[in-house]
Amino acid sequence: MNTQTINDIAQAEQGTSLWKDAWLRLRKNHLAVFGLVTLVLFIVIALLTPWIAPYSYQAQNLELGASPPSAAHWLGTDIFGRDLMTQIMYGGRISLAVGFVATTVALLIGVTWGAVAGYVGGRADAVMMRLVDILYALPFMIFIVLLTVVFGRNMLLLFLAIGAVEWLTMARIMRGQVQSLRQQEFVEAAISLGLSPATLIRRHLVPNALGPIIVYTTLTIPNVMLLEAFLSFLGLGIQPPQTSWGLLISYGAETMEEYPWLLIFPGLALTLTLFSLNFLGDGLRDALDVRGAKD
Amino acid sequence: MLRFITLRLLQAIPVILVVITVTFFLVRIAPGGPFDSEKPVTREVKAALEAQYKLDLPLFQQYTSYLGDLAQGDLGPSFKYPGRSVNELIAAGFPVTAELGFYALLVAVGIGGLAGVIAALKPNTAQDYIPMSLAMIGICMPSFLLGPLLVLVFGIHLDWLPVSGWGDIPGDKILPSITLGAGYAAYIARLGRAGMLEVLSQDYIRTARAKGLPEWQVVLKHSLRGGLIPVVAFLGPAFAGLLAGSFVVETIFQIPGLGRFYVQAAFNRDYTMILGTTVFLSVLIVLFNLLSDVLAAWMNPRLRAQFGH
Amino acid sequence: MQPIISRFLLVVAAVILLAACSGGETNVASGNRLGILHFGNGSEPQGLDPHVVTGVPENKIIRALFEGLAVKNPYTLEPEPGVAQSWDISEDGRVITFHINPEAKWSNGDPMRASDYVWSWQRLLSPALGGEYAYMLYPLANAQAFHKGEITDFNEVGVKALDDHTLQVTLDERTPYFIQLMDHYSTFAVHPPTIEKFGKATDRYTPWTRVENIVSNGAFRLKKWELNRRIELEKSDTYWDRDKVRLNGIIYYPTENVVSEERMFRVGQLHYTNSVPLGKIPVYKEMPDSPYMQEPYLGTYYYLLNTLVPPTDNLNVRKALSMAVDRDKLNATVLKGTNISAYSITPPDTLGYYPPRLFSYDPERARALLAEAGYPDGKGWPGLELTYNTSEDHRKIAVALQQMWKDVLNIEVTLTNQEWKVYLDSITNMHFQIARRGWIGDYVDPNNFLDLFLTGGGNNNTGFADPRYDEMILKKAPRAVTKEERFAVFHEAETLLMEQMPIIPVYTYTSKHLIHPSVQGLPPNLMDSLNLKYVWLEDIEQATETDD
Repeated sequence: MNTQTINDIAQAEQGTSLWKDAWLRLRKNHLAVFGLVTLVLFIVIALLTPWIAPYSYQAQNLELGASPPSAAHWLGTDIFGRDLMTQIMYGGRISLAVGFVATTVALLIGVTWGAVAGYVGGRADAVMMRLVDILYALPFMIFIVLLTVVFGRNMLLLFLAIGAVEWLTMARIMRGQVQSLRQQEFVEAAISLGLSPATLIRRHLVPNALGPIIVYTTLTIPNVMLLEAFLSFLGLGIQPPQTSWGLLISYGAETMEEYPWLLIFPGLALTLTLFSLNFLGDGLRDALDVRGAKD
Repeated sequence: MLRFITLRLLQAIPVILVVITVTFFLVRIAPGGPFDSEKPVTREVKAALEAQYKLDLPLFQQYTSYLGDLAQGDLGPSFKYPGRSVNELIAAGFPVTAELGFYALLVAVGIGGLAGVIAALKPNTAQDYIPMSLAMIGICMPSFLLGPLLVLVFGIHLDWLPVSGWGDIPGDKILPSITLGAGYAAYIARLGRAGMLEVLSQDYIRTARAKGLPEWQVVLKHSLRGGLIPVVAFLGPAFAGLLAGSFVVETIFQIPGLGRFYVQAAFNRDYTMILGTTVFLSVLIVLFNLLSDVLAAWMNPRLRAQFGH
Repeated sequence: MQPIISRFLLVVAAVILLAACSGGETNVASGNRLGILHFGNGSEPQGLDPHVVTGVPENKIIRALFEGLAVKNPYTLEPEPGVAQSWDISEDGRVITFHINPEAKWSNGDPMRASDYVWSWQRLLSPALGGEYAYMLYPLANAQAFHKGEITDFNEVGVKALDDHTLQVTLDERTPYFIQLMDHYSTFAVHPPTIEKFGKATDRYTPWTRVENIVSNGAFRLKKWELNRRIELEKSDTYWDRDKVRLNGIIYYPTENVVSEERMFRVGQLHYTNSVPLGKIPVYKEMPDSPYMQEPYLGTYYYLLNTLVPPTDNLNVRKALSMAVDRDKLNATVLKGTNISAYSITPPDTLGYYPPRLFSYDPERARALLAEAGYPDGKGWPGLELTYNTSEDHRKIAVALQQMWKDVLNIEVTLTNQEWKVYLDSITNMHFQIARRGWIGDYVDPNNFLDLFLTGGGNNNTGFADPRYDEMILKKAPRAVTKEERFAVFHEAETLLMEQMPIIPVYTYTSKHLIHPSVQGLPPNLMDSLNLKYVWLEDIEQATETDD
């Protein structure tokens, strides 16, 4: 009882100071701040889109068709004469939601799975990692087609389907990290202190493997946004006239010579998001890395 | 070590068996069959077709007979390509895809690894930002975008390289390899940088530096192994993914590889072809994940001790 | 580190340049020199067995390898001699006697016999083969019964070899398009000993079509078959009309990706493309000496309306939906003027037949009809789901129509794209309200379009059923003696059909190709039908396409 309370206090104290320190360090990193501001801006725009979008995202002007950027349409129009800026704003709602939610799903499953497998080792590790192998090998497309047929079109399914594939590599990376950490002195010390495995994983192993996890997560988000476009083609994702950055980019790629702006602007939105994520990710990694911070 | 590898290879058998079983029944539940087409056939014709391919037998019997044939190395006839066996189609496509994957991996590891290490040596300077920004552009450029762009620039406007083909015209392997490798290069660069940073901040590296060892020795001898562990963990599934994911590149560049067969088999509901390519791919995945685990163990001195006993 | 990077980049650049310098003659240039046509064929053929495979890319290769009893003149589409040098048709149109050219030979030198046809047609009609085009021979007496297994003696089927060079065919009814069917690959003869060498006649799965085994009878023969890479044909020296054949060979490429195909054409790797990306068409159209060729094609793009479920079970709703579609605007904008607005199922000028036109784009009338159906200004509209199979072009059309319905009728229509086989499943089981559909004719005759909507027909898929319609198509039309009489029956039937509006016709297809100016003797036609034996390459000193 007594040790439990002490532990809790220690944890709380460590928690606040760790995050406060990290935040202070993060604020000094200009690129990370730039990344954070851009992302927040994108999210705010996405939330406000229905009120601030300059045009309706559905209304077409077929006679106008695809037109390059102009005073009326800052980013030009698509082949249906719809305002591209509006399309990108609405697309961002879907893409950001898919990117963040699906990646979170993947992150939670992958990190837990990999950490447990790596920590426990032995037979449980073997079974868990072979299951990962099996999931890698199953034909993903058939799986998606089945999902659409059985459950119909559903955003929740989209998140699950993407999360279900993206967590596999995450688990492998986490497991590798945990395996190498487990042999280190501070972990052995913690074990000898009698820390429960769950606490050990949560408090020592995961934070110490944070670097590669953050990096992989920031890489996964744009990937997931593009995967969404592929799933939409298979009939699982979203339906026209709804759109997403992934879909806009793939439509734009088809006519990159004739109407380059249809590719450039959605591509720019995705690139900017990715850069911001990575700057922020690197900043976070540096800010949270206690040992690195001592330099 | 040998015991570890043998054990893993033994574990591969149930893995592949599960993959086969799940896939076998999964494809049968999927709507649409191999003989559905835009001009639907009469019931009689469909029955005759199913009889020709033994699809009229009870499902479980089909399953056991498939396993029996598989044990003898026979993956059955393709439904989509009458007169071709799945073995033959894989044999035609795999060498091409493997070659493409190998070059792509060279591109990915070469460029990505180099960029990651260089960036990690001087974090938060120009030497970090420039290679990392390039790497990130690689991720933003899915192959369906990068491929056509490269073709437009190098194939059409500059007229330096062929726009399609594989082994037909000299130089036609360059653009597809770069296109397929670029996305992976970006991952490797990012993961490599993070892993290296992690290692470079460890105490033993500080000790090495304090001892006055030259920087290149610190990097090559002491940090590279540990720093690239996340990369290696990624490489196993990446190579298998490279093979499965080469579909887009193969389509853009008209490459006669296995990736096209793998994806089209699913679209065509070519049951035997789906199963055949999946079995083949799962063997590769098991092997490459094993290889990557062995490599990771070799790179991690602490883990290596485990294999001793 | 900096010098290392720049040195590395230098090496890469050097490698690229070295590789680039080794290029040289384009496929088109070398093809023109050697008489070899480089042909973009869309995809890898399933196979080359004329009785087993179906599809356009297969057709384009098989027609060069094999030849039917009669072929179509590529300029007029009128039948002209193929393996048969002539044929006689009896007074009642039911007995046709083909006289086989004594010079007609298989590529191994064997003479072609009338009995080869009897054997081949028995193969196609055998239920065990599962030939998907067996119905092409249904006009033969008793053919359908044999194919369905109701009779097992092939002697009862209306085809007989009177001697080695005379083939007599007996039909159930007068079938004016029967001679045309002889140019469809499913009715081609195959070489019986070759097939029997590798298995039973009805085995689908034998290697008889491989390069080392295949025996064919066309203007070309198979030289090389590299899976998913290329198929090479060379001029046949046993073909009866070989003196007229001017190409030395053809190389087919499985150009699956239209955009890549266009780029191959641009750098001179192809003489002929299977298709043209929509976005590129305006650019090509404006070129001087444009290689872009567009021609009406015997096919209709339409939407199926499920007449058995609400709200499309209401005739007024169906009419309102159809009249609210501004086809001309769709065609001029989204489709870049590449197709022809359609208001009925049969393409106009199908060998002289013109379909009835019962309506036009009429927003006022459409709104009135919707109000009559109980949804004035879209009030109380229960919603409607439009299903299409995943494709860029289908999406564009569906998105444009969705908005037209919204603008004109103020109703919501949701779109659902499905993967190809899922879509086929939905169509067959009528799990849809509106669904995209296309039909390409197999032969030039209104019958090929109108028999789709027979009661319970496999391609009907709308629930449309009218005994008067069935009577006209199945009984009255075949009994009509003159072409005018027959077309009048079809016209009446088609009027009946369109009054019920079980479909929304959208456009008549066009065939679109990029054809290098050096290619001669390849006239465009309604069937997009090629007869490569008449094609030749003229070495023109120009490279307009390859320069930018």
